[in-house]
Amino acid sequence: MSEQYVLQMQNIMKIYGNGVVANEDVSLTLKKGEIHSLLGENGAGKSTLMKVLFGIETPDSGKIILNGEETTIKSPMDAISKGIGMVHQHFMLVPSLTVAENIILGVEPKNGLFIDMKKAVDEARRIAEQYNFDIDVTAKVEEIPVGVKQKVEILKALYRGADILILDEPTAVLTPQETDELFVQLEKLRADGHTIIFISHKLDEIKRICNRATIMRNGRSMGTYEVSEISTDDMSKLMVGREVVLTFDKKPPVLKEVMLSVRDLTVHNAQGVLKVDKLSFDLKGGEILGIAGVEGNGQSELINTLTAINKSYSGDIFIKGADIRQDTVKGVRDRKMGHIPEDRMTSGCAGNLSIRENMFSNQYTDPAYSGKFLLKTKVLAQRAAELVKEYLVKCKNPEQNVGMLSGGNIQKVIVAREFSIGPDIIIANQPTRGIDVGAAEFIRRRLLEYRDAGCAVILVSADLNEVFSLSDRLAVMYKGKFSGLFTDVGSVTEEQLGQYMLGLRHDDELGGAVYER
Amino acid sequence: MNAEKRFEIFRLFFSILIALLVSFALIFMVSKQPVAAIVALITGPFKSSRNLANVVEAMIPLIFTGTGVCIMFAANQINLASEGAFHLGGLVAAAFALKLALPAGIAPAVCLILAAAAGAFFTALPAILKIKTGASEMVASLMINYISLWFCTFILMHFILDPAAGAASYSLPKTAKLPTLFSGTRIHFGLIIALAVAVLGYVFLYRSKIGYELRIAGSNKQFAEYSGIDIVKVILISQLVGGAVAGLGGGVEILSPIYSRFTWTSLLGYGWDAIVICTLAKKDPLKTPLAALFLAYLRTGASIMARTTDVTLEVVQITQGVIILLAVAEQFLSKTKHRIIAREAKAALQKEGGA
Ligand SMILES: Nc1ncnc2c1ncn2[C@@H]1O[C@H](COP(=O)(O)OP(=O)(O)OP(=O)(O)O)[C@@H](O)[C@H]1O
Ligand SMILES: [Mg+2]
Repeated sequence: MSEQYVLQMQNIMKIYGNGVVANEDVSLTLKKGEIHSLLGENGAGKSTLMKVLFGIETPDSGKIILNGEETTIKSPMDAISKGIGMVHQHFMLVPSLTVAENIILGVEPKNGLFIDMKKAVDEARRIAEQYNFDIDVTAKVEEIPVGVKQKVEILKALYRGADILILDEPTAVLTPQETDELFVQLEKLRADGHTIIFISHKLDEIKRICNRATIMRNGRSMGTYEVSEISTDDMSKLMVGREVVLTFDKKPPVLKEVMLSVRDLTVHNAQGVLKVDKLSFDLKGGEILGIAGVEGNGQSELINTLTAINKSYSGDIFIKGADIRQDTVKGVRDRKMGHIPEDRMTSGCAGNLSIRENMFSNQYTDPAYSGKFLLKTKVLAQRAAELVKEYLVKCKNPEQNVGMLSGGNIQKVIVAREFSIGPDIIIANQPTRGIDVGAAEFIRRRLLEYRDAGCAVILVSADLNEVFSLSDRLAVMYKGKFSGLFTDVGSVTEEQLGQYMLGLRHDDELGGAVYER
Repeated sequence: MNAEKRFEIFRLFFSILIALLVSFALIFMVSKQPVAAIVALITGPFKSSRNLANVVEAMIPLIFTGTGVCIMFAANQINLASEGAFHLGGLVAAAFALKLALPAGIAPAVCLILAAAAGAFFTALPAILKIKTGASEMVASLMINYISLWFCTFILMHFILDPAAGAASYSLPKTAKLPTLFSGTRIHFGLIIALAVAVLGYVFLYRSKIGYELRIAGSNKQFAEYSGIDIVKVILISQLVGGAVAGLGGGVEILSPIYSRFTWTSLLGYGWDAIVICTLAKKDPLKTPLAALFLAYLRTGASIMARTTDVTLEVVQITQGVIILLAVAEQFLSKTKHRIIAREAKAALQKEGGA
């Protein structure tokens, strides 16, 4: 009976150091050669269960049976030696090293005592090619966008080889095409007899690629199902415990005055490579401008420049008519700009400060929150508690460290912070990354509410569905320019968009549609 | 109080106990009169009111430098120049006390303000170097402590030296001295200043806008930049304030009844001890008086032991080292901690299940 399983996790209980019971009683069985999905809301305990399996966390009780034998997994090294590989939800890459160095880290090809760097680069290239990932393995990790980082993480795990491969939200930052490519590879691995655990909040992905799914709610398993036999509605019902309604109605936009105008913006990155190429556009209050594109086509540079994190550019940027050339980040933020950053862990939060302390880093100077010298501690505590409730952040209390929250809940804290300033402009980069279905709908609805109230929104997202359903205008960014701009978003097909994204099509004369002269 | 905090306190006491046991073992190994030595070490500080007063006197400078280091370390500015700032603060207070000859009441206040300013200036040097050139403040601050020592010695030798007194300045005027609080002891007004500094340090770091900026930048610089916090300001202010507090401490110490002249010709070590205090207090200035009290108690006991028996001071330095190691080693007793917390969590679960 049990021989058919390569892995059984039985009645796992995991209590964290702060007394949070992340896994109360979870069981998971894996059949050889299946892709098994782990489903659940933010904070349900998915990552925790996987950390137990990978030897990062020690369970308080429960059994792990690997290939029919009960075993304990003491450390990630131990897990790897037992044939388990893991791609973490939050990247575990060394920023100052190159992609190739990261991929071979710990299993370096040696040349006597030294690392054979040439071989390392070749190896990294070979594996990237094998899995059809188009990345520059000599680039430094700190300089590559999140989507590429995600691919490096996947390659790192694949390079080490694993019978059981854990993928914790690998597709959260991938575009549909990239996800397709990944799925082809996963299917290949499955055909070769590898077993894969796949975590995602996108139910259609699970429908597409998984054989079975184990659903978790509040640290408990709600059962394992054949994916072909359960509808996505039932899946979400099991996750949430009630019916989930996934609709928001989007009113036609009511355009207000111009909030942001960009003229001939040109940005080079640190290496001097042209990233944004004479870009011009206007953004009015009351509209959402979606920006689609393959990552690395200048989106990050555009956003960093609009938010004054990058100050070296030519051309002009005006916010509500005012030139922001002299503005610091604070100056731009004081013009009521909210900014959801692409990588929540590196720039979006301070993991060892509390939720409360993370919620006001952009607005503590507001007279409501501070006097001349002192913070109004009581007001802040009260407001933090309100925001935690409003944005459904799952935590013990707002004094808990942000680093102890689940990935999706960290994202909610960031969104709450950026929305709570009552912004005039929102720059949202992957705003719902890693957020569960219910909470993502809530955030999207919020975005629409702000837009209806006259806020101007720039939305960058790898999730094309999100871009399609929210944008009033949709621009495709290719090599630092808008290669296409659609004012009637409903009529664009994913194929069309794909052609623009890959540079196969290019509308040269966009001028009048992008801004009024 | 939750299980986690309770456990932290338990762990601290347990670390202290283990460290003491280690030193007892050492004492037994090296001493011919081990029992007498241990008794002197532990009960010595309580033996007389004079000894007890010694503990309090010794704790005052530690509170100053400890608080300063808490502020700098919270901003992740690993500036180790408190040592030099303290020294310089002492010299400046002494020199101006001698040269200005202000009336009583005003004199100590002016001298202390100048001492604090000197300290701030001193620790700001590595900060400015870091801002201008990106040089690590840690390395720079380590080097300049000696500059402070030589500079102060130079001033002592050439400007305020009393030729009749050896390597010491002229005797400091009465008007500039801090009053004692309890007659018969040397516990002085500096204690009140020190406690005020600890409280104000706490308010600064945990209740003020700038303290908030400091801590955000200290815990994730990129997040601070993205939030719009001025990193240059954080680097500068944290080290200015940290140094001011250390300089003030040096001034207080030299104007206290413990000294009658400026006699410092070697570094006193309060800057190093500050790192110990900061670690024990977990970067919370409010806890520095307790940490300082403990260290002062240990030091006083040690010097009584060294005076009355054949055991030398080094033994206590080992004790101190062991305590710090255990206090900072998160993993120490982590299993026990987890057991306690898991038990509580499970009990809570059962209660929920039953209700
Ligand atoms: N290091 C930690 N210390 C304390 N509590 C933690 C820690 N890591 C996670 N938790 C808590 O454990 C619970 C489960 O977290 P986990 O990361 O497993 O959720 P998840 O299902 O992966 O969610 P998400 O979809 O948001 O990634 C959460 O309530 C979280 O706050
Ligand atoms: Mg997770």
